[in-house]
Parts: sequence; C-alpha cells; structure tokens
Amino acid sequence: MADLLPEHPEFLWRNPEPKSSYDAIIVGGGGHGLATAYYLAKNHGMTNIAVLERGWLAGGNMARNTTIIRSNYLWDESAGMYEKSLKLWEQLPEELEYDFLFSQRGVMNLAHTLGDVRESMRRVGANQLNGVDAEWITPEQVKELCPIINIGDDIRYPIMGATYQPRAGIAKHDHVAWAFARKCDEMGVDIIQNCEITGFLKDGNRVTGVKTSRGTIHAGKVALCAAGNSSTLAEQAGFDLPIQSHPLQALVSELNESVHPTVVMSNHVHVYVSQAHKGELVMGAGIDAYNGYGQRGAFHVIEEQMAAAVELFPIFGRAHVLRTWGGTVDTTMDASPIVSKTPIDQLYVNCGWGTGGFKGTPGAGFTLAHTIANDEPHELNAAFSIDRFETGHLIDEHGAAAVAH
Amino acid sequence: MMLIECPWCGPRNETEYGYGGEAHVAYPEDPHALTDDEWAKFLFYRKNTRGPLAERWVHSAGCRRWFNAIRDTTTYEFLAVYKPGTAQPISTTTAQAQGGTK
Repeated sequence: MADLLPEHPEFLWRNPEPKSSYDAIIVGGGGHGLATAYYLAKNHGMTNIAVLERGWLAGGNMARNTTIIRSNYLWDESAGMYEKSLKLWEQLPEELEYDFLFSQRGVMNLAHTLGDVRESMRRVGANQLNGVDAEWITPEQVKELCPIINIGDDIRYPIMGATYQPRAGIAKHDHVAWAFARKCDEMGVDIIQNCEITGFLKDGNRVTGVKTSRGTIHAGKVALCAAGNSSTLAEQAGFDLPIQSHPLQALVSELNESVHPTVVMSNHVHVYVSQAHKGELVMGAGIDAYNGYGQRGAFHVIEEQMAAAVELFPIFGRAHVLRTWGGTVDTTMDASPIVSKTPIDQLYVNCGWGTGGFKGTPGAGFTLAHTIANDEPHELNAAFSIDRFETGHLIDEHGAAAVAH
Repeated sequence: MMLIECPWCGPRNETEYGYGGEAHVAYPEDPHALTDDEWAKFLFYRKNTRGPLAERWVHSAGCRRWFNAIRDTTTYEFLAVYKPGTAQPISTTTAQAQGGTK
C-alpha cells in the first residue's frame, strides 16, 4: 500500500536525538519557545541550543488561539513590548521566508458605555504618544469598516464608537510556528519533541541541566516557555511564580463567504471576532473563572460569547458553530507577562501572557533571547520582571489593555 | 456546565456560583512584621496546583454564602465541599487525582 502513496513532502525540521549537553535549553516548543530559539541563534549567535517539547511542536496554546495581533496597550511598558512585537511581525514573513498569511486588516475595540468611551480615548492618546497607530472612530466609521455590524441603538449595549489600530491584524498561527521551526533548524537548533521535563539539575543555586523523559541533558542556561504549565516547572526547579492557570475557550463557525473584513473586539459585551482566510468566523472571549489544566471549559461561557456576537452581528444568527476548544492560559494578577531572570542562576522564565500571548510571540522571543544571552534583561522587558510583585511596580493592564486578560 | 453542591442549598448549576481562588489563605497575624517578599507572597502568590486544590466558591445567585471545596484542576471534578471554619476533609497533598468522596 505504502508504495501507492505520494512521497512525503520535505520535512521542515529534523527530529534529532537529544545531545548530552547544550549551551542553552528552551523548555516548551510553542510559539514563544521557538521564537526565543530563533532570536538566540540569529541575534546572539547561540546555535548549540535545543528546544524541548513535551508533546508535539506548537500543539498547546499556539494551536488554540484566535491569532489576533495588536499593540494598543495603555501603559508605556506594555506599549514598548507589544509595539516591538508588532514591528517584528511586520518583518517576519520576509525574514523567515514563509508567507504565514500575516494580514494587517486592523483591529477595533468597541466602546459601549460612557466609561468605555473615556477609557478608549485615554488609551488612544497614550498610544499616540508611544508611537502606536491608534485612532478613535465613530459608530458610522465602525460601520464603514465592518458593514455587518449593528450600530443601532436597539440593543442592550449600543456601539458608541471604537478605538482602531490599522496595523493590527491576524496571522495563520500554525504556519508561524513552522516558519520559526524551519529557520531554527537551518541554523542548527535541535527541536526535540516528545521530551518531557521531569526535574532540574542544579549546582548550588545554578541550574546545570534538565532531567527528561529522554534522558539527562546538561545545559549552560535553561529558559522556561511553558505558558499554563510554567508554575509546575518552576516548582520543580525550586521557585514560585505568581501565576494562575485557567481554561480559555475559542471556537470557529462553518466556512462562510467573506463577510468580516477586520477584527472586532468588545470588552464590555465580551467577544472578539475575525474571519480566517478560509472563511471560518473565529471567536473567543474571556477565561473560565476557575483554575484548570483540562484544556476545556464550560459551555455556558461559549453561550454568553455567542449571545454577544449575535447582538453585534445579527447575520451570525444563521451561522453554525463548527468546533469549540480550550487551552490553558497563564494569568498574572496585573495581566502583564513575566519575561525575567529567576531566583535560580542561569534559569530564565517567560510566562504570564494570559489570553494575549500569540501577539507577543516575536517580542517575547526577542527580549527573552537577549536576557538569556546577556544574563540581563533587554530594556523592553526590564519592567516585566518577577520582582515587580515585590517592589510594587505592577504594570496593571486589567481593563486598561483594551480587553481584560 | 457543572452541578456544584452548595453545603447550604444543595446541588445547583455552575452559573449560580462565583469563584474565589485558593482557600485557607490567612491574613497575616502581624502585618507590620512582614517583609516586602512576604507581602508579595501574601498578595500575589497563590497555589496553582495541577490536581486536587482547596478553593473558595460563593453561591452568588443563591444563599450568597461562601464555602470551600476540593476540586481536581485537571478533571474539574469536585471531590468535596465543606463550610468555612471546618477542616479540610481531604488532604490536597495526598488526595487522588481521579475519583473522590463525593
């Protein structure tokens, strides 16, 4: 039978056996781990490195997100980090030589109350001062950009306007991971799947390697990029993280004709919607309230999102849900990520991106790679240290970040 | 949608409840004696257990009273519910991840 099948297409990366030691090991073969490996190799010349993945490459949140990319965050630290990330996104298709359908179709964040309007205008002002393309648009302009939206005042929370970031958009998430993986592999990075961490090797307070399901691997430096599983790994390594892991769900409709040309997010009625290139409407909203590692959530959470979506887009009333799924997101108390050194020498951590990690993929990789290579944070992630929970220099993006996450 | 047992009202739909995170986090006995590190731990660090976790729930749309529960964070199954002020009926360090008493 096998000889009747067409030849397997060329593999984008090797599947090497782990070596006994590397200069650096990155734990987690999702978008952030792969981006970190990419920038370590490209910007810092560290190519004797490995990415260890417990399951298969990009099979966690990288396979489960709604692919929204934007940088319209309120605070200076966040604007710096997310805008750098967006600028990197703009270069990456060419740099990685891979068309992963990065589409800058704009993102709007709707305002439904007077409070929303004030917050939105303040955020637009802050964004403009930080060089982020943001503008305030009226309900009529909202309708012009997205004709299927209901801007009437016959709904519970009528649209009073929106913030709009034209450079924001979406990308095809799995292709992003493959693009990074292929380039990493070309530069000599070992991508090792089915390799679960079972413990850490330490010499005093310094990490010297990891124990894995595929044997012990020594390393000069170790970085954790494990999203929802970060606190479990940190505990194994011997330190605490202020992370709570929650289920986050998303869904797609059946394929539809192209009806939705942009990305619409609403924090107040809480849903976000875009239309994938193939035609599915892609929707999501907030986390399920309780802690959970199950990669699934409750249906009533989906039901509330759909109620919001149908109110904003009446034609969705005839659309059918095709698939729903869940991931495990790592949230912090200030809704900002941690890209930081840790209390253990030569051990670094990137986590806490909550529901907004996809957009941060290149930014996280860029800053974490710098932190690993120099044992000092980049100026863009210096504020995103674990220490901020002790010093009180929180980056409170709850509600300030256009949507809560 | 889970069916969650309120220790006062009995089983009710999940949508009637609110979530309160880790249970048994006591307010510091002498707040002035705490270091910055200890304050950070009290304010921002909570258990993120994979498996049975002791946590707080509130029956918001019912009796509006708080209670504690042991719930498995991998299966979401409630292993026990108990009233505030009573001892944890199952140890969360030894409780089985699968199955339970309830």
